[in-house]
Amino acid sequence: MSLMCLSAAELGRRVREKEVTVKETVMEALEEIGKKEKSIHSFITVDGERALKRAQEVQRQIDQGEIKSLLAGVPLAVKDNICTEGIRTTCASKILYNFTPTYSAKAVLQLEEAGAIVIGKTNMDEFAMGSTTETSAFGVTRNPWDIDYVAGGSSGGSCAAVAAEECSFALGSDTGGSIRQPSALCGVTGIKPTYGTVSRYGLIAYGSSLEQIGPIARDVTDCAIILETIASWDAWDATSIKRGDTKFQSALVDDVRGMRIGIPENYFGEGVDTEVGEAVQKAADVLKEKGAIVERFALKFAEYAILAYYVLACAQASSNLARFDGVKYGYRTKAYEDLSDMYQKSRSEGFGEEVKRRIMFGSFVLSSDCYDLYYLKALRTASLIKQEFTEVFQRYDVILTPTMPTTAQRIGVSAQTPFQMDVGDIYTVSANLAGLPAISLPCGRAKNGLPIGMQLIGDCFLEKNILRVAYAFEQTRTYERSSVARCSTDAHDL
Amino acid sequence: MKNKREIGVGSFGVEKKDGTRTMISDQVVKRVEGLAGLRLSSQERELVKRDMGRMIDCVDRLLELEIGDTMLMPYVFPVSSGFREDIVTGVDHRKDTLLNAPERKQDWFLVPKTV
Repeated sequence: MSLMCLSAAELGRRVREKEVTVKETVMEALEEIGKKEKSIHSFITVDGERALKRAQEVQRQIDQGEIKSLLAGVPLAVKDNICTEGIRTTCASKILYNFTPTYSAKAVLQLEEAGAIVIGKTNMDEFAMGSTTETSAFGVTRNPWDIDYVAGGSSGGSCAAVAAEECSFALGSDTGGSIRQPSALCGVTGIKPTYGTVSRYGLIAYGSSLEQIGPIARDVTDCAIILETIASWDAWDATSIKRGDTKFQSALVDDVRGMRIGIPENYFGEGVDTEVGEAVQKAADVLKEKGAIVERFALKFAEYAILAYYVLACAQASSNLARFDGVKYGYRTKAYEDLSDMYQKSRSEGFGEEVKRRIMFGSFVLSSDCYDLYYLKALRTASLIKQEFTEVFQRYDVILTPTMPTTAQRIGVSAQTPFQMDVGDIYTVSANLAGLPAISLPCGRAKNGLPIGMQLIGDCFLEKNILRVAYAFEQTRTYERSSVARCSTDAHDL
Repeated sequence: MKNKREIGVGSFGVEKKDGTRTMISDQVVKRVEGLAGLRLSSQERELVKRDMGRMIDCVDRLLELEIGDTMLMPYVFPVSSGFREDIVTGVDHRKDTLLNAPERKQDWFLVPKTV
């Protein structure tokens, strides 16, 4: 069995207790990547040389007692929109095909200070725009449960890498569900923290008011440990929050007695696969048996969330992506007449189809004729949604929903219906609009063997509630390994 | 729901054909291309016209929502200020800043002549 089939917590324990060396963990990760990348394609860049050099340094720090973190010596993968000093960071776009940051994101620095080892950068939808990781300029990431299916997106590479056991854990980013959706489709666990909990410094911006960096791992315990490591106020992120209690591991208690769980009944209507609905209902029954109070309720503004999200995300994208102009970094067109021609050609040749579509729509809704009509209306709608959640959390500790209405689609299906490709966002975007913490974890499998995920949403700054319910539910199940992970082990054991 | 023409979008050149589907004119697409800093091929332009029309039809449902004088919420929490104090650190980032420039000359980004 490879060391990569262990949880990050267990691997960290083995490193601390000198059962394995840091070099061995990194070598195993690189070996697994070598075996699986051809079929999965989770990574855009793997930097084995840097990882092995870091392994030496971290081993020395562990041996000298300088690092005692639970994540010391544990290999991680980082989504390719999160800056890593000295490692190419592309956002899966031609326009940043050769961009090598001169600094690392705060979250990466915090994990490296804790002794975790970055082994590479994972594939994603271009600039995080998509739900399938099919819009990447570097090719599609395939689902480790069945390589004919998508891994979800936009953090599809990070989730596939964890599910395929190419690394112990990964970082993703979540603007409208981009950690939770691929986590659900790949059968792993991922958290979007409360807005402002993790610094966005070094995260290449798409929808600044919506997005957060978060952990993707095998289980709830790993997610709590990683989130605890990266949660902090940061002077370099003006939206970072000085919040209280971030000792998330203390919420890992197998006890939900008396906890109030609300299920939005309008999330179980038309469009939800029967198997998905049944799996989430079974999870609700399990939590009820464990002593939680489970009730159904209606979310009034749920249907408007996706619309407001599209307007705000595209508007912010059009503004944020204006910086890519062929002057300061990335792709520059070969032939041009003047400065304006160079800007337009560099951008038009560098961005992919989906990114250009969203920039166009964002520029449209921000134009003087449409600003009040669409952009301000979307902002006010987001306020209404936030107010509604504030009222709902007076009655419930946690909201339980499916993460996605369906299991993974076949590769190529979404691309044929471009505007339909993000219907999967409907259950996840509300948490981004309202800044709420939310977790996705596996709750079953469909008849075709693909994983089903459930989502738990909590009130702002109350990650502990969702972690507690998720942990309690997780104790009733055993972790299911993906087909690619199992095949690799079988071959290894033979 | 108010008629779009009354609210101003009509003046932008976006109209509903037969009151059902939003049609985007070439003129609008070209104007938005200018705002977006893009230059689309004729094939891309046709796709964008179709997709933007569909997206507008979808998000038009927001206009149904009666929201009264709901407060604007640029961020989900009150953020005291988007600005921080401007402290001179004396650190010279020129080398790092220029490291990824597609073209540079000495300490400058190189761009086509503008005047």
